[in-house]
Amino acid sequence: MPPKLCQLCNETRAVLKRPKTGQHICRECFYYVFETEIHNTIMEANLFSPGDRVAIGASGGKDSTVLAYVMKVLNERYNYGLDLHLLSIDEGIRGYRDDSLETVKRNQQQYDMPLKILSYEELYGWSMDRIVEQVGRKNNCTFCGVFRRQALDRGAANIGVDHILTGHNADDIAETVLMNIMRGDIARLGRCTLITTQGEDTIKRSKPFKYVYEKEIVMYAYFKKLDYFSTECIYSPDAYRGHARTFLKDLEASRPSAIIDIIHSGEAFEVRQEVKAKAKAQTTCKRCGYMSSNELCKACSLLEGLERGMGGLAVVRGRCRGLDVAEMKQKDR
Amino acid sequence: MSTVSLKVEFSGGLELLFNNQRQIKLDLPAQVPSDSQTVVAAGGQADASEGRPADVRYLIHWLKDNRLKERPELFVENGTVRPGILVLINDTDWELEGEEEYVLENGDDIVFISTLHGG
Repeated sequence: MPPKLCQLCNETRAVLKRPKTGQHICRECFYYVFETEIHNTIMEANLFSPGDRVAIGASGGKDSTVLAYVMKVLNERYNYGLDLHLLSIDEGIRGYRDDSLETVKRNQQQYDMPLKILSYEELYGWSMDRIVEQVGRKNNCTFCGVFRRQALDRGAANIGVDHILTGHNADDIAETVLMNIMRGDIARLGRCTLITTQGEDTIKRSKPFKYVYEKEIVMYAYFKKLDYFSTECIYSPDAYRGHARTFLKDLEASRPSAIIDIIHSGEAFEVRQEVKAKAKAQTTCKRCGYMSSNELCKACSLLEGLERGMGGLAVVRGRCRGLDVAEMKQKDR
Repeated sequence: MSTVSLKVEFSGGLELLFNNQRQIKLDLPAQVPSDSQTVVAAGGQADASEGRPADVRYLIHWLKDNRLKERPELFVENGTVRPGILVLINDTDWELEGEEEYVLENGDDIVFISTLHGG
């Protein structure tokens, strides 16, 4: 078979079939379109102003490693004028997070960005290892997810940044759209496709990789020989997300545009006014002051359960939280 | 019997299924033998594949039967690699090279990368 030429430059041998467009492209054109599309996403959403202090949520995995690299490239190429930082959360999982944090420490050197690591231990007094000791392996992902979200905000406040970037890619977002539909979580369905979210008291968060396919992120990391870490968490993975992911990958295999199509579907949903009205108003947690839709925020109610030695119960209560939570409370009374 | 020498690499977490080896060198029979267990393609296509030259489909099955140490369902599904595993043939996306049908040549470098691990 004769080598196929790049359909963009018509000069060099193609090395990649783009999942988004089906185009065959060469390495240099791939770098160019990959980086330029992210730049366009940033410009269209008007994500930054010169002088912004921006933290990249860095786990050492492929997405955040590529994000740190590309943000550095774009910041220099287009003079965004950003002050870029790396922010990592140490969940306290021996043999998993301690190894991935070594990758982040190397990224700090490679990309010349200041790094802040914040641990669950120092924030909450509990490491994930200890939480799993107490609650077992069934609900631990709930703890980890809730704690990480707050931890990033607190870490960002700690280093005085205005904006957090995360490496969520198009596949992640499509997966979340599917999960929110399957759970009937209308509030999250409305939010999960937004490129930027910001609560009243929280720091702005954005996903510059919103339209970037995972395949291209992995290929970019491979061709650029970026240093990333890829081991599964040693605790049981989020099974529900796992099913959504497998389903999505099967869809993608038969029609690659499925991922972007699902994101567009998620964006196109419009939540009826009477449904919106039912959603609970945001207030602040009376224990820690973090935004919350109940008296205690999710992290504090999980912590309370842990301290009382009944972590599992807090999760069961937390699970009930949906649109009809107010109604259920009425019935309880 | 003649063989093809290959370099095979695993990354993105896939190496964990292969005894934590990131790179292996191997010699594969240049023709797919018709009577070996290793070559039975999923769905009982063994007859159709008799005597054909070794291709990537055969390599995937050979790896599964000879080198894979655990959880084969994370590597193979429906007779090919599981969706979400990227394959490069001599640093080119296998989608440009005919995927499973690509006929292996001496010195080929085949890379398998899982995209299924956290980012």
